[in-house]
Amino acid sequence: MAKAKITFQDIDQTVNVPAGTRVIEVSEKIGAGIVYGCREGDCGTCMMHVEEGWNNLTEPSVLEEKVLKENMAGRHDRLACQAQILGDCCVKPT
Amino acid sequence: MSSAVDVSSHRDAVEFADGVYWIGALDPTLRTFDIILSTANGTSYNAYLVKGQDGVAIIDTVKENFSDEFFARLESEVDYNEIKAIILNHLEPDHTGALPELMRRAPQAKLYISQRATSMLKALLKPSGDSFEYTTVNTDDRISLGDRTICFLHTPFLHWPDTQCSYLEEEGILFSGDIFGCHYCDKRLFNDLVGDFRFSFDYYYAHIMRPFKKHVMDALKLIEPLKLRQIAPTHGPILRERPRRYVTHYRELSTSSLSREIGVAEQSLVIFYMSSYGNTARMAEEINEGANDIEGVRVSLYDLEGGETGPFVDLIEEADALLFGSPTINGDAVKPVWDLLSSLAVVNLKGKLGGAFGSYGWSGEAVAMIEDRMRGLKMRIPQQGLRIKLIPTEDELLECRKFGKAIAEQMVGKKQQNPVIDMADLA
Repeated sequence: MAKAKITFQDIDQTVNVPAGTRVIEVSEKIGAGIVYGCREGDCGTCMMHVEEGWNNLTEPSVLEEKVLKENMAGRHDRLACQAQILGDCCVKPT
Repeated sequence: MSSAVDVSSHRDAVEFADGVYWIGALDPTLRTFDIILSTANGTSYNAYLVKGQDGVAIIDTVKENFSDEFFARLESEVDYNEIKAIILNHLEPDHTGALPELMRRAPQAKLYISQRATSMLKALLKPSGDSFEYTTVNTDDRISLGDRTICFLHTPFLHWPDTQCSYLEEEGILFSGDIFGCHYCDKRLFNDLVGDFRFSFDYYYAHIMRPFKKHVMDALKLIEPLKLRQIAPTHGPILRERPRRYVTHYRELSTSSLSREIGVAEQSLVIFYMSSYGNTARMAEEINEGANDIEGVRVSLYDLEGGETGPFVDLIEEADALLFGSPTINGDAVKPVWDLLSSLAVVNLKGKLGGAFGSYGWSGEAVAMIEDRMRGLKMRIPQQGLRIKLIPTEDELLECRKFGKAIAEQMVGKKQQNPVIDMADLA
């Protein structure tokens, strides 16, 4: 299975994950600082900033785009409960 | 100023500045608000009406079952076809209960809400099947009523994501939503006439605004530069006499008191524990020692048996990291730990570091359960919890020291370089 590396900048920790893993699945396990609310892409609590590898995450859905807009997301912000890891990237809490 | 104000004796609008009216409702018999708040003498739902040369603005409405009073006061001053703008500073049902009916009666009116309010508006209108056009507004956006202007202040999370304030520039009146509000029902309406509402004001802040202190500070940056003649919140007295002191008071309530006690560069780690045979207490003491070795971390150790929830919540609010120690009894952490961990809705825990430890005799579930609870409270758990079967040995006590040291190092950012790990190796 294809692998990818995700780095959680706030705790300086990199994890090898199978491609397709959602950020939420790994960030909590290693104690990264991204926090979660509804866990289903509605509340915007888990907004994270993608420092590197923006194109190595799955495209945001129309619904995620809407929630990001409502929560005044900045450039390269995503919802950690929605974004799936396709290649190497680096993220941090907003 | 007249001392004869009694809004309970009539259903007219009450003018409190030139062309600016209170059109709210009193709810004197309410004793519990929103399940969580005690309201010893009820509350009020304040809504406002502003007249301008080119039309009327309505600012917020009331709880649905008080709609008749709201509409009666509104009708005492204007016709529905004069309403140009409806401004919602906060969409909670106690302020939007009369909205669907108001929009039906004034279909020409434009609705102004914050960007974050859009999904809430849709959710609120779901049962009625209504769908209204709206305009989203942000800080510095303005609407004109001809000879007067209302501008908006983006003040989110006070106390919902959608909250905003609006400001009538010519009169210096801030319509502050729930900010500066309180559940205090008094027919005399104005802060210089009503009874002593200091307790209600502080109680409201403590339960509604306290978890959002950072957002309070952000909002104050927008509010403090304003010329403030009156503050008109959505609950409680209209603050027309020396309104700025309430702004100052909000700043005081939102300012850290711990930073006056310890250096700003220092971090606070608080360790709470319960112990039945002294083993978890022994662990707590060693963890305390280990954490104390790290410069820049001030450690406090508390036995939950000897304290009360309220002051412990105050400690937790200002701490940077929290550790909870509990023995496992019948497969669970002990009740005082849960009592404290279930009393934290009034403080912001997001991003604080957390950890758990405990001695056990049989299966030791408490540690993982406490960790799960802390994660649920949006805390970060950087170290796997420490479980020791019954009486700790010298080696195990050394592990406790290392655990305390590791947490403290995380706090000051001194931890070791982390090797890349594989997801399959994570628990």
